[in-house]
Amino acid sequence: MPQKYHIHTKTAPPRFHPIGKYATVEFRENCAGSCRKCVKKKCVYNIFKENLLHMSAMEEPEYLYTCMSCFRCVQECTKGIFSRTINPDYRTLGDAYWRAENLHRLWYQAHTGKIPVSGAGYRGPFVGTGFDAMWTDMSEIVRPTRDGIHGREYINTCFELSRRETRLEFNADMSLASETPPLLELPLPLLFRLSPELLINDHVLLPMARAAKALGTLMFVHPQDLSPALAPYAGHLIPCLTQENIAQYGETIRNSRVVELADAPGIEVAMNTVRTIHPDVVLLVGMALDRNAPARAAELVHSGVDSLHFYADDHGNELNAVQPRFLKEMIREVHLKLVAQGARQKINLVFSGGIAMAEHMAKAILCGADAVTADHALLIALECRLCGRCSNGLSCPVKLDEPLDAVWGSDRIVNLIAAWQSQLIELMGAMGIREARRLRGEVGRSMWFENLEKDHFGPIFGERKVPGLG
Amino acid sequence: MTQQTQKQPLPPIREARSRFRNTIGKYTLKRSSACISCGLCAKLCPYGVHPRYENFSKPMRPVEHKCIGFACKQNDFYCIDRCPQQALTLRLNPILETLGDYRWPSEMLIAHWEMAESGNLPVVDLEYNLGYSGGGFDKIRFKRPDPAQYRRIGDAALDLSLDLNKRKDGRPERRLSLPCYSGGMSYGSMALSALTGRARAAQRLNTLTCTGEGGYPKEFMPYADFVITQVATGLFGVREETMRFAPVIEFKYAQGAKPGLGGHLLGDKVTPEVAAMRETVVGNSLFSPFPFHSVYSVEDHKKHVDWVKEVNPRAIVSVKVSTPTDVDMVAVGSYYAGAHIVHIDGSYGGTGAAPDIAKKNIAMPIEYAIPKVHQFLKDEGIREEVCLIASGGIRNAMDVAKAIALGADGVVIGTAELVALECVRCGNCESGRGCARGIASTDSELGQMISEAYAEQRIVNMYMAWRKQWCELLRQLGFSTIRELVGRSDLLVHLDYLEAEERAQYQPAPRKRMYI
Repeated sequence: MPQKYHIHTKTAPPRFHPIGKYATVEFRENCAGSCRKCVKKKCVYNIFKENLLHMSAMEEPEYLYTCMSCFRCVQECTKGIFSRTINPDYRTLGDAYWRAENLHRLWYQAHTGKIPVSGAGYRGPFVGTGFDAMWTDMSEIVRPTRDGIHGREYINTCFELSRRETRLEFNADMSLASETPPLLELPLPLLFRLSPELLINDHVLLPMARAAKALGTLMFVHPQDLSPALAPYAGHLIPCLTQENIAQYGETIRNSRVVELADAPGIEVAMNTVRTIHPDVVLLVGMALDRNAPARAAELVHSGVDSLHFYADDHGNELNAVQPRFLKEMIREVHLKLVAQGARQKINLVFSGGIAMAEHMAKAILCGADAVTADHALLIALECRLCGRCSNGLSCPVKLDEPLDAVWGSDRIVNLIAAWQSQLIELMGAMGIREARRLRGEVGRSMWFENLEKDHFGPIFGERKVPGLG
Repeated sequence: MTQQTQKQPLPPIREARSRFRNTIGKYTLKRSSACISCGLCAKLCPYGVHPRYENFSKPMRPVEHKCIGFACKQNDFYCIDRCPQQALTLRLNPILETLGDYRWPSEMLIAHWEMAESGNLPVVDLEYNLGYSGGGFDKIRFKRPDPAQYRRIGDAALDLSLDLNKRKDGRPERRLSLPCYSGGMSYGSMALSALTGRARAAQRLNTLTCTGEGGYPKEFMPYADFVITQVATGLFGVREETMRFAPVIEFKYAQGAKPGLGGHLLGDKVTPEVAAMRETVVGNSLFSPFPFHSVYSVEDHKKHVDWVKEVNPRAIVSVKVSTPTDVDMVAVGSYYAGAHIVHIDGSYGGTGAAPDIAKKNIAMPIEYAIPKVHQFLKDEGIREEVCLIASGGIRNAMDVAKAIALGADGVVIGTAELVALECVRCGNCESGRGCARGIASTDSELGQMISEAYAEQRIVNMYMAWRKQWCELLRQLGFSTIRELVGRSDLLVHLDYLEAEERAQYQPAPRKRMYI
């Protein structure tokens, strides 16, 4: 039996009560006091177990987070004094892209390692911006395996970070004449990256590096953030260097499997320098995902670089643009540019920014990426609330600015990524695709809002008059 | 061949009150301690908001969900103004913000509870036809009808029936009295009383319900002629003996909630009874494989269809599939394999537990799939021989009508029936002991919260309220049968396809930030 990639999860409860969606409202003046039928005692989910304690013995009310919204307390209170509202803190949680409900689901996955499951159908909008304007296909008959859920481990989520030759040449004696570049394959199409806008310190770096090692993936890190504590994880770190500081970090390059260089004029010279220091190193070039990115990718593809890494903003938007396009469109443009050149197979494309859910990973690959990076999501796994206090030099409400248990933190991140990988497999299984590499650029296995509208509503309703999503 | 084409009498509507002490309404009406229990409000209110029993002078808590709210201010029986002690306070219920979601907003839920309770359309100003999804059915409207074509004809004279067998192949030509029937919910996923109540309602409404993939409990036997037997990929509880008396046998290839993933029944719900029915182990989670292990092609599928036709020569065969890009080809394949009913299940529906990522992302919404399949069947020249059934995210009576106008013959309803049983769509159908409201639970305590009679009447009432909406629509369109509406997409408009001036003539799509 071939070895299978499996992520082992371990429940890792939050250290702090997460911000809950609901707050209960009690009109106490009408409370019967020691009512034997008090709905708090009857809660099916037992969420009020601390609520009966004296205020001084009670932590932050836990029901704010754990309420399952069955409304039985509201509807069964003998005096009708119970009501609910949306927690004011929940309203301000996250932002327009990293929405409160996303944070909740990320926390749940980091806690349990399980994928979010619910009943009673889909609850969200018909269509949304960005990745929410596309659906993935499914097949009624074709399966990656015929064993249902038990065949999932045969679905391959690997991708390569190393370049590849498109043809091999042989000598007259049939020995290999081509030089084959080193092969670096990672088990899942997801790398780690630190959120530049948010907290970066050893307390959060260590669990992330530890999780990267446990998962077999790699983490982009700036050399100034490297500390002795991270030394055991050097093989799972990608130092992000510039032409100017290559000489300064020669030792770091020698200890790394992968190095990223920031794109700049003269990058080819810098690449040669790095390869001189470490000939087998896998080399990435990082660049802004802006209007120049596709053309620049087309220039660099023949330079001997292994992969290109494009940085969008933390909402997945194009950089340096007045009307920025979303990651989805940008990936398509870069991917198709290289396809048109016949060079797409030579190189790998990694995209950063705005990867907030498991489905983003699958959809980015469908659009043409080889892999994506998780950034904010890693901090959210560590209970980050995206409050932005750290950006303003203020203290962190979940104490990520203080030492934390790296094992606990690593478990949370591993749990989150395990849940993401599981969801990627769900999507691939439904599509009948057995390898993540086969997913790349397979837009035929996806359905896009504008196409569905045009193909199926166009013949009925005519020309669409409202642009965009309406 | 038996033909159930004779007109069935409509089932009577009876009040079926909420199971819960405190109902949730659009408005809250609070009585303060200033009340002197004069009883004036009880005398004034024609909606029964202020119950008062003879020989019991204490004021009772208002029945808030009956209150029509601020619209009542123009009436001389407006209790807030008439109360001599000014003891009553009326507010918009703040809890609405925590109830519902984009597809089923709070007002749609409350309205359906009211329909299930009374059998009538709500008198409270509730929006029950449109959600906040911002697309699909929520942006489709029926064109403004010509008043001249209005047909003055009573509800009883209008024909809302649905023919399931259009192949004329010698099998029964089953006709349902409604353009819809109930979706599959398996024994084990739901309280047995709720399931049996659905079967009883199906009998009274002359429609059908479906076993789902979980076997055929003996409680269904009295209603056997109204129960579809489902044959799904796990073959849990599938027996030829129960297939022999099923009027319809449904092959479930896929379902909209989890297209391409197979069914899940988590271990907590696998009680000894459920395990016995499914011939499995108590407490072990059950995962149906996907797809059928014996089906690799349309030819294999035909063998399946031939098998059930052989087992039950009187059965109508339905094939339930999801909505991939090639759903039109799948539908044609099913027809040529011998299916009478092609049932397409869109991605936004489903009642059972499913991964959120699947519900949101996999397969196309039913609004696109219906016209795609309808047109393809027409192009193939076989549309008149297929009963095209749609499901998945069809929430209310107007969604049903829109689905039919887009090209479906009828629809399958799941979630709305659960809402009629006072589901709040909290989504915890799968967790631990299951549904805290006793609907989707096999727990010994929670499973007792619903009686068969309650479930039956609430579902009957909801469909009778829907029927009123369909009848009014038919009258406006000048039709006498709902079959005239099939495929009449020319009667529809989509707001995004109209110029601003024309769009202004229609109700805009509601928009709101929801916390889900």
